[in-house]
Amino acid sequence: MYVPVKGGEQAIDNAARLLAESRRGDPAVPELTLAQIEGQLAHAVDRVMAEGSLYDRKLAALAIKQARGDLVEAIFLLRAYRTTLLRFGASEPLDTRRMAIRRRISATFKDLPGGQVLGASFDYTHRLLDFSLAETGGPCPAAAKASQALPSDMPSIADILEREGLIEREPAESGGAVADLTREPLRFPAARPVRLQALARADEGFLLGLGYSTQRGYGNNHPFAGEIRHGMVTVEFVPEELGFAVALGEVELTECQMVNQFKGSAAQPPHFTRGYGVAFGHAERKAMAMALVDRSLRAAELGEEVTAPAQDPEFVLYHGDNVEASGFVQHLKLPHYVDFQAELVTVRDLRREFNERAAGRREAAE
Amino acid sequence: MKPSSPAMAGEPSANYNFAFLDEQTKRMIRRGLLKAVAIPGHQIPFGSREMPLPYGWGTGGIQITASIVGPDDVLKVIDQGADDTTNAINIRRFFARTAGIATTERTDRASIVQTRHRVPEKPLRAGQILVFQVPTPEPLRWLERREAETRKMHALAEYGAMHVNLYEDIARFGRIAKSYDYPVLVNGRYIMSPSPIPKFDNPKLHMSPALQLYGAGREKRLYAVPPYTEVKSLDFEDHPFRIERWTEACALCGAGDSFLDEVVMDDAGGRMLVCSDSEYCAERRAAGHRGKAAP
Repeated sequence: MYVPVKGGEQAIDNAARLLAESRRGDPAVPELTLAQIEGQLAHAVDRVMAEGSLYDRKLAALAIKQARGDLVEAIFLLRAYRTTLLRFGASEPLDTRRMAIRRRISATFKDLPGGQVLGASFDYTHRLLDFSLAETGGPCPAAAKASQALPSDMPSIADILEREGLIEREPAESGGAVADLTREPLRFPAARPVRLQALARADEGFLLGLGYSTQRGYGNNHPFAGEIRHGMVTVEFVPEELGFAVALGEVELTECQMVNQFKGSAAQPPHFTRGYGVAFGHAERKAMAMALVDRSLRAAELGEEVTAPAQDPEFVLYHGDNVEASGFVQHLKLPHYVDFQAELVTVRDLRREFNERAAGRREAAE
Repeated sequence: MKPSSPAMAGEPSANYNFAFLDEQTKRMIRRGLLKAVAIPGHQIPFGSREMPLPYGWGTGGIQITASIVGPDDVLKVIDQGADDTTNAINIRRFFARTAGIATTERTDRASIVQTRHRVPEKPLRAGQILVFQVPTPEPLRWLERREAETRKMHALAEYGAMHVNLYEDIARFGRIAKSYDYPVLVNGRYIMSPSPIPKFDNPKLHMSPALQLYGAGREKRLYAVPPYTEVKSLDFEDHPFRIERWTEACALCGAGDSFLDEVVMDDAGGRMLVCSDSEYCAERRAAGHRGKAAP
């Protein structure tokens, strides 16, 4: 006799307990601490903060631990927490020119004021597995310290080009209200600040693939990495009751100023244009990919032919959010019995009619 | 090209073969190179390997060098013309580490010169090999993004689109506005990307006594220009190919015939022009030449 399936609630509880047990892993192995994740998996924490749109290393570490290292799941956890937080207001625009630099490189000039500061980077390491890291407790050599502190106001490469009029001017600050994609829906045409906000929250892998596609001929925008800087930036806020800016603290940021060729138009002489990328933490891949995509999304504004996915704002902005995308792709796991049943009935009917018609044709032919 | 032996002098890592790649892979790449040399300027697909340096850092050039280098070779690596740029140092260290071979900064002492974005100022001689790191091997990519199409265009020598593209520049700017990766016609047959060297370097490719090998790791393509092969930069009779010129000479060595890099001195518009080829500049200074900013 058929017994309808019941007891879903019990199953869910059991599954959650099994998940918790799997998350903990072998009890003989010490449990991960948040300090370990925060300190030793720093890039994972950075990515979760950036795409989770919440600057909190501890919460990001917690999310990573809870998600068993699944970073998109951790981003989801952080977003779901963030959405409950109160908004006090918007900070003053960050002044990245006054960033306390940890790393700053330019690919457009061999040397420039402030110099090339290599900082901590994978860039010039040989990707040979370092088996000595398989053992813990080994000595860690201290890095050499510079004899002299870096200047506190490193000029940005874009400023240097701007002085000569070689690059487009940065649009003046509008001073108006800052759009908030987490409070208002995306509308098209989306202005650049809104696009940048969406890109800053967008999935790194998605932006990477799109940015890469522009380099392979799908909407090329001839980029040069004008400058990439990474360091700490002070966040300032003007409380209404004070009327002047107070420093709230510092955030770690990576910023990329992409310098792109532009052949000019009837109204404008040839000059360089900008693509901009920024991310919480140390996230150069994200910031660079974002800058490529930002520039390619400006194609229509600059009078360039729009032919590639990376130049299409609706394509990019609607599909870049990994919490949205992950949810909708994975929702296919949910029961779809009813729709599927309806589809079954239809397909069976259509097949029957098809076969009847075929049989009719055969009879007519005989 | 000298045969490489797995057992090597020097102190390369015991965990990896001489020059990192296994011998089967090197043979595969050398076969590809032979084919490339036989059909100048034609792109040969090859089974590019994952290298311990990232794509874009020169994995194609590194694989070529690894496949042709022998224990007696002397390697020079430049990036932007200079031996002392981080990427050049890094690749030189990679071969010193994995192959234990001798390296040099002197073009005339090198048997293999691996380069990114430049051809040395000093003329190369017969017997030397110049290995180019290539990001985009397909010169027609900006006109046609699909590989299946560009292969067909090459097969049929259907190059009208490229000429139209260059002509459009002339119509708009009165000149061809391409400054680097300027397309060339090799041996009168294939249009080839010279890799993003400045067009200043294009004439050096023509009838060069050295063998030129080009490797694109990410795009998995090899191509070559054999010694003494015609390499013609595309142009028009009434708009002949021209290279860039500077109004100043190198501020350090006074050279007026080299490619100059602009160095930003301050944020008040101060600039200095110096040779991009660090060896050329140093050698001229050692010989007593002085530029206007020389001490």
